[in-house]
Amino acid sequence: MSTSPARYSRSIDWVTVLIYLLMVGVGWLNVYAASYSPDAPDNALSSLGFQELMAFNWFKQILWIGTAVVLIVVLVVIDSKAYDTFAFVLYGAMILLLIITPFIARPIAGSRSWLELGPVRLQPAEFAKFITALAVSRYMAGINLRQQNFRDQLVLAGLTLLPPLLIIAANETGQALVFGAFLLAYFREGMSPLILLILAAAGAILILALLVPKLWLVGAFTLVLVVVFAFNSKLWRHHLPLSLGVWAVVIGMVFGVDFFFNNVLQPHQRKRIEILINPSADPLGVGWNVTQSKIAIGSGGFAGKGFLQGTQTKFDFVPEQSTDFIFCTVGEEWGWAGTMVTIILFMTLLGRVVYVAERQKSVFGRTYGYCVASIIFFHFCVNIGMTIGLAPVVGIPLPFFSYGGSSLWSFTTLLFILLAIDAYRKQDLERY
Amino acid sequence: MQYLEGRKYVVQAIFLAVALVFAARLFYIQVLDGSYKLAADRNTLQRIVQAPYRGLIYDRKGQLLVQNTPVYDLMVTPREVKQLDTLRFCELLQLPLEEVREGLQAARKFSRVKASPLVQNLSTPDLAAIQDNLIDFPGFSVKARMARSYNTHSMAHALGYVGSITPAFLEKPRYAKYQPGEFLGITGLESYYEDQLMGRRGVQYRMVNVRGIEKGAFRGGEFDTLSVAGQDLHLSLDSELQEYTEKLMAGKRGSVVALDPKTGEILVFVSAPMFDPATLSGKGMGNRYMELLRNPEQPLFNRPLMATYPPGSTFKLVNELVALQMGVVTPQTGFPCNWKLVRCTHRHDYPSDVGIAIRNSCNPYFYQVMRAAVMRGRSTNRFEDARLGLAEWRRQVMQFGLGEKLGVDMSQEKKGLIPSSDFYDKRNGYHRWNFRTVYSLSIGQGEIGITGLQMANIMATIANRGWYYTPHFVKQIGKGGPLPQYQQKHTVGVDPKHFEEIIPGMQGVVDGRGGTGGNASLLDVGISVAGKTGTVQNPHGDDHATFAAFAPAQDPKIAIVVFIENAGFGGSSAAPLASLVMEKYLRGKVAPWRHRWEEWLPGPADRFIVRRH
Repeated sequence: MSTSPARYSRSIDWVTVLIYLLMVGVGWLNVYAASYSPDAPDNALSSLGFQELMAFNWFKQILWIGTAVVLIVVLVVIDSKAYDTFAFVLYGAMILLLIITPFIARPIAGSRSWLELGPVRLQPAEFAKFITALAVSRYMAGINLRQQNFRDQLVLAGLTLLPPLLIIAANETGQALVFGAFLLAYFREGMSPLILLILAAAGAILILALLVPKLWLVGAFTLVLVVVFAFNSKLWRHHLPLSLGVWAVVIGMVFGVDFFFNNVLQPHQRKRIEILINPSADPLGVGWNVTQSKIAIGSGGFAGKGFLQGTQTKFDFVPEQSTDFIFCTVGEEWGWAGTMVTIILFMTLLGRVVYVAERQKSVFGRTYGYCVASIIFFHFCVNIGMTIGLAPVVGIPLPFFSYGGSSLWSFTTLLFILLAIDAYRKQDLERY
Repeated sequence: MQYLEGRKYVVQAIFLAVALVFAARLFYIQVLDGSYKLAADRNTLQRIVQAPYRGLIYDRKGQLLVQNTPVYDLMVTPREVKQLDTLRFCELLQLPLEEVREGLQAARKFSRVKASPLVQNLSTPDLAAIQDNLIDFPGFSVKARMARSYNTHSMAHALGYVGSITPAFLEKPRYAKYQPGEFLGITGLESYYEDQLMGRRGVQYRMVNVRGIEKGAFRGGEFDTLSVAGQDLHLSLDSELQEYTEKLMAGKRGSVVALDPKTGEILVFVSAPMFDPATLSGKGMGNRYMELLRNPEQPLFNRPLMATYPPGSTFKLVNELVALQMGVVTPQTGFPCNWKLVRCTHRHDYPSDVGIAIRNSCNPYFYQVMRAAVMRGRSTNRFEDARLGLAEWRRQVMQFGLGEKLGVDMSQEKKGLIPSSDFYDKRNGYHRWNFRTVYSLSIGQGEIGITGLQMANIMATIANRGWYYTPHFVKQIGKGGPLPQYQQKHTVGVDPKHFEEIIPGMQGVVDGRGGTGGNASLLDVGISVAGKTGTVQNPHGDDHATFAAFAPAQDPKIAIVVFIENAGFGGSSAAPLASLVMEKYLRGKVAPWRHRWEEWLPGPADRFIVRRH
């Protein structure tokens, strides 16, 4: 720290900080609304002691936000070169923690992934995200993805896949899926777009195979191939084996869906996908969350029912309303206007993060920035998608909105490490 | 590396695409699709209906007959029940163990957190007996509501009863607004005047959470309404006279209907055997209802409205009036008492005019009167002549309110039957019947069916010399009058002078020498009664006795029909009963020497008295 605090503060990207504060503030309002009980008169609150207040999620969230602020100060005060330097050390420590967590954690909600430190409960998987982001960015800085060095790519894949595998072992599939988001960052750094395309196509085929009769799907796909070949004799001569190969793989996938669906997925995961396709299949069972969540959001109308006026969330129709389903409170109490503001906030943040990432001179900084954007984007997609019935129910929080210390701290860390790296870059520039 | 920078646009395009999909989807479910709002209301809004105070029922003289008293339902909330000492609990409630166990089971099935009734209809003394000890049983509470109670032991058939709504009722459009568990009038006036008695429900909208637990008023009670009490009914029935008549009818089967001919108001309405209206209210009502239902004497059968009998000789009056109106006979017309046509009741004077014929109830005379009215030579074919003649005769007879519902303010009323030419065409074949087939109608026998109420209405019509108001029970609803249809005069298409021509004959029945209704005479107290006896042949057993009358003959204030099943000759049992009721109504008391009639009135051999409470 060779520069004065004033100069340092000038080099912080205050736009991002502002968006961050807005999101946390709006998020807290909704956590307050979701955990607000209309039965308890407000004036009684002042007479409550600390222990009693700790029963309220909104109160605890104040504590989490307060500690997050302390965390931010620590994160930006640390010499940001340390993130680069210690990335692998942190990664190693985290892997160790992920390995031992299932052995020392008490089972909570079916998974042994929460560590208890006194009154605080932490989920190591949350912190695995930014540590892995640091590690892969560090590794990326040393290689060139475009040069097709197979060994490097293998190591990168290994770095990316190891934490989610450990997390799946602890039965937190949702948190593990987040690591898929790194593909977007790799894409920016030169990964072949084919990989994204193939994955998108595979996803589309899986969904279509569940929705459309299989023979139709096979027939339609075959017809498309035949038509393409009929009009392009060059393709016919040069790419016939490849095309036939693709055709065979697609047919295999279409018919493999059932096997994957019935034998690979666990029953509750299978149910969640079934619900996505047919929400009314089991309205009181697995479909309950999605149905009630859609009712809560849908009943908000254009302008919403007003702050603290939501009935569906207030009266416990929506489960997990202050954590994974916090978006229901937004939708019910603030209506379409509120959900639009939320979406615009996320888009602004993502756009700003990409902007900050792009202005990094180092591959490390830029890759890390894209990792931040991708992870937040993935949560945004899956969390909001599940509340409105566009994605299967996966238990991951909405960044900065959902109640919870682990999630708030991990997203805060994720974001502010980027800001710290960014501020250091500016100082570097100023120095020369 | 420069070209890779372009990929930032691809990444941002992916972000934007997802955001746009979300925005569109949210716009659809939040703004365009209204079904989620309905679903949200279905989730949280609970209507709590406040039962209104049911209208009271008074008798003709303003005496309160039916009122509301609080009863108590013992409610149980299964989740709050802690370590129930079932044995002590049963002892306290004096209920069999099985019943309590089943009740608790049903309550648990209904809801663990909501209260449901375990024992219904506890009276205030019942409650007082258990209230203090109830504290020892958490999870049990008492809910008060209003139920019917009665200040009279009579009039059960007219009043009807109130009960909780059944699934069959819920399906009817009239009861579309009712919810399961609500109470309503099931029969009688309670049912007919349900809309007036019911009042308007109060509705409170409460919010409930996912477990159905109340979370306060909806929008501060903005949409809540208060209940409005129902309107009181003032009956035309005279409860004192009714009780007196019921006492006279005790142990008999049959009916008594008395009308005020000037207004059509029903003064007395007895269906015997009777039962106490309280039988069908309060604790154990279901069991008592089944007891009544299974009773072979059919006490629930509302005889004056539902039992259609051949009217017997009393119908001869209608027959005569129709013939007089048609001009086919005159009061002075004489017919021989020709036993070859039809057997007569007894040997009597030659019926040289209508007066003698009525007094002696001469069957052959009225056979010939009807033949004159029907066989008028409209066709040379006697079959066709009978067809045309009967049709015309029937049209005239039906104007007396026969063969159709009169429209009394009670729903159980039957139409009765005045057989038409089509009826005989169908039964016997076209042109295969003639006057000999239908002659029984002339003396009120055969296929003809008339209810007690219709017969009473005929008496009122004769008393009025040709018009009537539809009989009705309720003379005042709330502060208003009766329903509009009871303020409309009906005429029967017979000239008043023809009534004057037969009334002396009816007076002769009661007061004349050898009259069949001599037992009903009130001449000794200065009242002239006009009446007609009837004995209805009964293929199943003893004949039924009827007597129809009105008094005083010149200024009638009461018209009455007494019908006693299996009591034989009408003059001996029905006539004195009618005279007692008329005297009691007209004079307020019965002459001392007539008290013997109260003691001695023959009924059927096997007496049956319905249990009173």
